[in-house]
Amino acid sequence: MSALFKFNGGVHPPTHKAESTTTPIAVLPLPTRLVVPFRQHAGDAATPIVKPGDHVLKGQLIGEPQGFVSSAVHAPTSGFIESIGPHPVAHPSGLPDICAVLIPDGKETWIEKVAVDYRNTPVAELRDHLRISGIVGLGGATFPSDIKLRPLRGHSIQNIEVLILNGAECKPYITCDDMLMRERATEVVRGGEILRFMLGAGKVLIGIEDNKPEAIAAMRAAVAAGNLPFEVVSIPTLYPSGSAKQLIRVLTGREVPSGQLPTDIGVQCFNVATAYSVARCFEQGEPMLSRIVTVTGNVTQPRNYEVLLGTPIADLLAHSQPKTDTRGYLMGGPMMGTPLPSTDVPLVKASNCFIAISDALFPAPPATLPCIRCGRCAEACPADLQPMDLYWFARAKDFGKTQSYHLFDCIECGACAYVCPSHIPLVQYYRFAKSEIRAREQDKLAADRARERHEYREFRMEREKREKEEKLRAKERAAQTAKPAINDEAPTASDAAAEARHKIQEALAQAKTQAAEVQPKNTENLSQEQQADIAEIEARRARIRELAKSDVEAPKE
Amino acid sequence: MAAFFSPFISKPVTVSRIMLQVLLALLPGIALYVWYFGPAILVSIALASITALGTEALMLKLRNRPVAPFLKDHSALLTGWLLALSIPPLAPWWLIVVGTAFCIVVAKHLYGGLGNNMFNPAMIGFAVLIISFPAQMTHWISPHGLGQIELTFADQLRYMFLGILPPQVTLDAITMATPLDTLKTHLHLQEPVQQILDMPIYGRLAGHGSEMVSWGFLAGGLYLMARRIISWHIPLAYLGSIFAVAGIFHLLDPAHYVTPLFHWFSGAAMLGAFFILTDPVTGPTTQTGKLIFAAGAGLLTYLIRIFGGFPDGTAFATLLMNICVPLIVLYTQPKIFGRKGRQP
Repeated sequence: MSALFKFNGGVHPPTHKAESTTTPIAVLPLPTRLVVPFRQHAGDAATPIVKPGDHVLKGQLIGEPQGFVSSAVHAPTSGFIESIGPHPVAHPSGLPDICAVLIPDGKETWIEKVAVDYRNTPVAELRDHLRISGIVGLGGATFPSDIKLRPLRGHSIQNIEVLILNGAECKPYITCDDMLMRERATEVVRGGEILRFMLGAGKVLIGIEDNKPEAIAAMRAAVAAGNLPFEVVSIPTLYPSGSAKQLIRVLTGREVPSGQLPTDIGVQCFNVATAYSVARCFEQGEPMLSRIVTVTGNVTQPRNYEVLLGTPIADLLAHSQPKTDTRGYLMGGPMMGTPLPSTDVPLVKASNCFIAISDALFPAPPATLPCIRCGRCAEACPADLQPMDLYWFARAKDFGKTQSYHLFDCIECGACAYVCPSHIPLVQYYRFAKSEIRAREQDKLAADRARERHEYREFRMEREKREKEEKLRAKERAAQTAKPAINDEAPTASDAAAEARHKIQEALAQAKTQAAEVQPKNTENLSQEQQADIAEIEARRARIRELAKSDVEAPKE
Repeated sequence: MAAFFSPFISKPVTVSRIMLQVLLALLPGIALYVWYFGPAILVSIALASITALGTEALMLKLRNRPVAPFLKDHSALLTGWLLALSIPPLAPWWLIVVGTAFCIVVAKHLYGGLGNNMFNPAMIGFAVLIISFPAQMTHWISPHGLGQIELTFADQLRYMFLGILPPQVTLDAITMATPLDTLKTHLHLQEPVQQILDMPIYGRLAGHGSEMVSWGFLAGGLYLMARRIISWHIPLAYLGSIFAVAGIFHLLDPAHYVTPLFHWFSGAAMLGAFFILTDPVTGPTTQTGKLIFAAGAGLLTYLIRIFGGFPDGTAFATLLMNICVPLIVLYTQPKIFGRKGRQP
């Protein structure tokens, strides 16, 4: 048993986990309609590769990863693509996103499943397989797993000593990982072994909070049965010990340096549900099509379900029978979750928990009072920040100070706001400050670009002036070659007044035509270099016009 | 849905409950006060409470702030109680009223109300009173069995509100200098410490009666620590600092400097350690800062008691250290997660 380490603070909110762990994971019946978003992961949305009317098989790729940080999307069941277009999704903004609407044919016809012998396949291929199988972190961030398995920049191999499987599940109410470990520990452990193999890690630690004794026992049994050198570590129940950096600290005593990644200190961390998906992916040849989700709170039957991605949340919630006084739903836990904008949204890879809320379960907090600087927030902060100072600076919009007090090290766990006796919505202040700082950085970038553009314009005008002078000189030269003709006629103009007037008019007319001829010749007579310069200038002008246009179109304007 | 933002749950702790706990923790000290010095202090506390709540409501109204939620936070009440416990109970009624009003109106609300005042309001009130009304601020009542005459409660009330003493009773007969004051005066007369401490006003450790009140505050303070309302940092550093500096002087010259324990159980040391310096609003927020703040206050308290012009120094030490709080906090920022071992 390794020694355990502590991080500062943490809180003990009521866990409310018992309610949803009394019954096994249920499989939801096939819905009549699935709405599959093409963005279910961190990064860029997948590109649809099917069109309305297509028949797809269960597990068939329907969205290809697009860009470095991206992942694939698959048809969760067999059926017909009804449409592809914007549909409301479970995002706090309430903005719609591109989704495929799939009408199941009820046959659940699989694509040909191909298992992968990971031990005899190059790791790079394994990573690509994870990417095209849509395997992303199921702990909440939905970061594509293949990227976390890549070697560090500048390294040809992974330099990972410790692989951590995160089964802490410290968030109140949520029990999907708990139930997964209780019921499917073998696959979780096998997935851990695949991840360990891909990383070349020496040591595997599975961290589980001690309020989940059944899960710990199941995982220990699975590790023993698999004869694997893994260690299942029971860690004290303390929110937010399930946060990656805090869990790494608890299990290894190492702190991930601010602004760096766990891999920088030789540790990598995966959620147990992610490990389970990895095992399913390689051993069964199944891409990520479903996940386990907790439905709890003010419902008659709180429990966990295995649900196909794209299932309408309303269908899912109906199975747990929300009580009549339910006045809304939370997605995620009560510490970091967000209100569900509507139940007419699909379940996605990030959906770990839905909590029905009532006034009895979630009473309105007392009125907010001024900060009395009692310091309870600082005692609770797992990042050792001074939340009351950050609050003060954020409120005063002193964003420079918030940054020098390490605002961006805040993980928004909500421990500070949870303990605040004045009930100040502290996390909102930090989010506000963070978004303001990001917006300002964008503005600064735009201003820098504008300044560069202005400086270039000055330079260009100078250059054009020079060009003009050169042109003028060229014109003078051209005029001089034309002048003798005018000069020949001019003396004769003095002979007789009438003749002179006639001649003058004639000369004027001629000069006009000459001038008209000289004008175009002016550019035609230019040297090769001058012409090249002009072309270059024109090209640059076009580019600048393009740039200017793109800036006008920027969201800021 | 009441809150639209996470977290959606909160610990059932409120400013109001914290302040109530502090008021509750004052009760043992107040009980012993009544036991040794009579019920006059209760009248002072009542006057202070009424004045505090009245001026608080008035200021909130003038500042267009909601009155009810702020009145219910009990912070004004606490300020009033602390001031009442700091000044002589037999002082005329207007003294505590003026003092409390100054605390709430000037020291608290003119600085922005709850959470925004730089200086401990009760100590500002005390400082104003001792500078403006030094004579009335010496009306310390004698403990039971020590005064030449003991007034009945009715006589005490008559004196507090009407300024009338029973016939043939002088003020000197019913009041006396505090143990710290007496010590200071007699030390000036070149009397040795041992001889002074043999005087009847001294008990086992410090002043007869007042030392017991200090024990009451110590008990209340330990209760607050047990309930995690206050942390150990400030009481320990304050009492530790007094003990250290008093101990050094005492060891060097026991004839002229009393024991550290005498200083602990005299004057407002215990009240200051657990109830006054621990005011979160006017104290530092960092743990190291709390230690520096309280140690500085302890040193200043001792220096004022021994070398200053006032018999006790807790109030001025608190105010002087309040000034230093922003600086202390600035230089005691803790290392944050992931930045340990590096300069922040």
